[in-house]
Amino acid sequence: MNTMRNPGWEWLMAQRWILPALLLIGFGLAFAIPEYNLLNKYVQLVMMYVGINIILTVSLNLVNGYMGEFSLAHAGFMAVGAYTAALLTQKVLPIADYPGLFPLAVLAGGLMAALLGLIVAIPSFKVRGDYLAIITLAFLMIVKSVIENIDYIGGPRGIPGIKKLTTLPWVFFWTVATIWVVRNFVYSKYGRGVLSIREDEIASDLMSVNTRRVKFLAFMVSSFFAGVAGALFAHLLQFISPRVFDIIKTTDVLIMVYLGGIASISGSILGAVLYTVLLEVLRPSNFAALVSWLPDVIFDPLNQYFIRHLGVWRMVIMPLALVLVMLYWPRGIMGLREFRWFVPKRDLDAHHRHVAHGGSHDAPHGH
Amino acid sequence: MTLLTATKVKHYFGGLCAVADFNLQLQSGELMGIIGPNGAGKTTIFNLITGVYRASEGSIRLRDVELVGKTPHQITALRVGRTFQNIRLFRDLSVLDNVRIAHYAQVHYSPLEALLHIGRYRREEQRIIDNSHRLLSIFKLEHLAGETAKNLPYGSQRRLEIARALAIDPELLLLDEPAAGMNPNEIDQLMEFIQWIRQEFKLTILLIEHQMKLVMGICERIMVLDFGQTLSEGPPTVIQNDPKVLEAYLGEGSIG
Amino acid sequence: MSEGIIYWLQQTLNALQLGSIYALIALGYTMVYGILTMINFAHGDVFMVGAFFCFLAAVYLGLPFVPTLLLTMLGAALVGVMIERLAYKPLRNAPRVSAIITALGVGIFLENFTLALAPYPKNIPALLANATWNMGGVSISSLQIIIILLSLGLMFVLDYVVYRTPVGIAMRAISWDKTYVPLMGVPLDLIISVTFAIGAGLAGAAGTMYGLAYPVIDPYMGIMVGWKAFISAVVGGIGNIRGAMIGAFILGGVEIMVAAFFPSTYRDFVAFTLLMLLIVIRPYGILGQPRTQKV
Repeated sequence: MNTMRNPGWEWLMAQRWILPALLLIGFGLAFAIPEYNLLNKYVQLVMMYVGINIILTVSLNLVNGYMGEFSLAHAGFMAVGAYTAALLTQKVLPIADYPGLFPLAVLAGGLMAALLGLIVAIPSFKVRGDYLAIITLAFLMIVKSVIENIDYIGGPRGIPGIKKLTTLPWVFFWTVATIWVVRNFVYSKYGRGVLSIREDEIASDLMSVNTRRVKFLAFMVSSFFAGVAGALFAHLLQFISPRVFDIIKTTDVLIMVYLGGIASISGSILGAVLYTVLLEVLRPSNFAALVSWLPDVIFDPLNQYFIRHLGVWRMVIMPLALVLVMLYWPRGIMGLREFRWFVPKRDLDAHHRHVAHGGSHDAPHGH
Repeated sequence: MTLLTATKVKHYFGGLCAVADFNLQLQSGELMGIIGPNGAGKTTIFNLITGVYRASEGSIRLRDVELVGKTPHQITALRVGRTFQNIRLFRDLSVLDNVRIAHYAQVHYSPLEALLHIGRYRREEQRIIDNSHRLLSIFKLEHLAGETAKNLPYGSQRRLEIARALAIDPELLLLDEPAAGMNPNEIDQLMEFIQWIRQEFKLTILLIEHQMKLVMGICERIMVLDFGQTLSEGPPTVIQNDPKVLEAYLGEGSIG
Repeated sequence: MSEGIIYWLQQTLNALQLGSIYALIALGYTMVYGILTMINFAHGDVFMVGAFFCFLAAVYLGLPFVPTLLLTMLGAALVGVMIERLAYKPLRNAPRVSAIITALGVGIFLENFTLALAPYPKNIPALLANATWNMGGVSISSLQIIIILLSLGLMFVLDYVVYRTPVGIAMRAISWDKTYVPLMGVPLDLIISVTFAIGAGLAGAAGTMYGLAYPVIDPYMGIMVGWKAFISAVVGGIGNIRGAMIGAFILGGVEIMVAAFFPSTYRDFVAFTLLMLLIVIRPYGILGQPRTQKV
């Protein structure tokens, strides 16, 4: 509170109406872009992946960042959501006649994942830290091998030919819903309970926090949205198999969480956008297009020796970048900080209130 | 009226007997101290009362409610608050959040209301923010509400810990070595302060302390523990002159 | 001998072979965890790098088995120490997850760096003449025997180093306390580096043996084997060296036996379900000590 602050920035931050205004514009654009082809199909696709990754990252941050556990199960919840929704749209719901039923399938995917989230929450009562990490890993592997062993859902071959029902407006809607609900959860007594568990679980219990209930809720909310993301993902990729949801998928989300910053919604959004967009930018054709304005003298050798080989090297560059970020920001770029527009005004004010207090409650001294 | 009754409480860690036959009757409104050398089982008794450990044998009752077998948060919700020997604040959280978290059992809204910020959410949140500020202002911490707890100086952290314990609205407050790390002058202030919060919040206080000055100065009744056994019990004047206590714990002329 | 017993013996031998490879890798996980309480998620990829070193030494340098093994162990040890110095050491006082994520990053880097240099799976030549004996219906290959004996030998050496030499005493002392032990003259950084070197060297040896047993290697081979080895370490009680060996043989046994008596697709399901149950029932593993939290 003694740091110098830029008055212009302060003024801008006080204009909280901008956020809903931006959301409204965003929603409009989400409809307009595919309708009028304002952006090419590829960019639209990337935007949808960005949205899905934001959902995954924000929801995983609840358990891994806010609660401070290290869950590796996220791809498992995603798989449950994806399979549930895909089975509903393929075999149960008359989706061809009523495409409006799609949100039901997404919701069902989320709920099914949330149900399994309860199962993972139970060992977390007894086990913490590295051991819980292993339990979540085991859970992920179990989900994967159960799917592989059920022929009805395609076994190891997966489900091909899923209808493409995920659209930009739907992705936008679910992304905003995830951010809003997780933010609401964080700024409630349950969310503060989650934070206190990260800080000191025993002290938290001794300060009246029902830690079991809080863990149940955190795991459920987190896995619900992982399921939603899985459902959207399945109906965008149009093909799912157990291999799609392996440990590498979880690792991707982990990277986005810790890159963006733990216990920060804005950080998760940043991490998901940065990671997804950078990986796309580093594709040879994209990168070439991006720097095509350079004069040929520079562009040609660059292309010859660097850009052409990016396809392989981008996955070398990205983890190096992650390691560098960790060395300079060990808690991630926005770790433990939050963009002010995401904090409810009541909370913001409560932290900066200077009320002159009356004498009646004055303690006899201060030591 | 008896607030807390411990009867024949025993506790073992593995084969080690940490508390052997602990008996206590704490009257409502009383201020009682437990003293004893390191390893005498003092903190273990606090952990047994607050449910961190489950007593191997015996019974601990708050009025008519059996505490043995209850979880810490259930016991805390019965209005038992405590502090810790080495400060255990939520270090990376704000001062305000430290106090707000301890309101958990007193905030009444459902998970659904929390997820959607509807219904009772707004009113309840405002209520606990106001109460937290009231507590912080009593402890002269209100201007630090937005500060991260770990950045507070030691003395303020100690005060914040007591503020947090009071936020659970306790009837019985357990203070674990409140004077640890304080100089004689600060201890004088602390004694005055404990008396004051006792009146202000209508508390029954049970405290563990090494500082004889504090224990002898404010406690109405003192219990001396050694190796999990109760050595002696009574008002300060009796304890001060009990040859058993002098021999086992205080040594020669160490009172003062 | 009856058919059943022969089948059992055969599978037991296979289990011992798989278990010894897991054990060599699990030791690296458990040693680093013991000393830094950090899960070195890049360790499985060090094993993979070891297999590729073995390929380089055998194919490009044309070396026979023993020099190949030694060179591979040395190379892997160097990689391990480099990772520790460049990526983990700066994070020693940072939150623990930062180190874990860094380790994941280093692992992905190793995988893709190797992939960039070696886009296609490689074949490791047969460095040892492989004789197969038939003993009462049980077929035993000399390769199997070498892998099992060599692994056991390395484990005994390690056990000796950790429990009987000054370096081992220093390692165990540091794993107990990192604040005061260095004040008594134990060189903290050196001991940590030695720990990484030994762990990575053993992973290199595992890479060589894996390459001999299953000759096709690729940059992603370390992921699954690494996780399995890590699980072995946990089952045995992470941080405990003898536990890691026991855990590895248990996991190897479970995997081989499940595959032998059920459809092989059940293997992961059974292995991971057992793991989950074990952790819930006995969170600190078979030989590990429960950590009590002081209040």
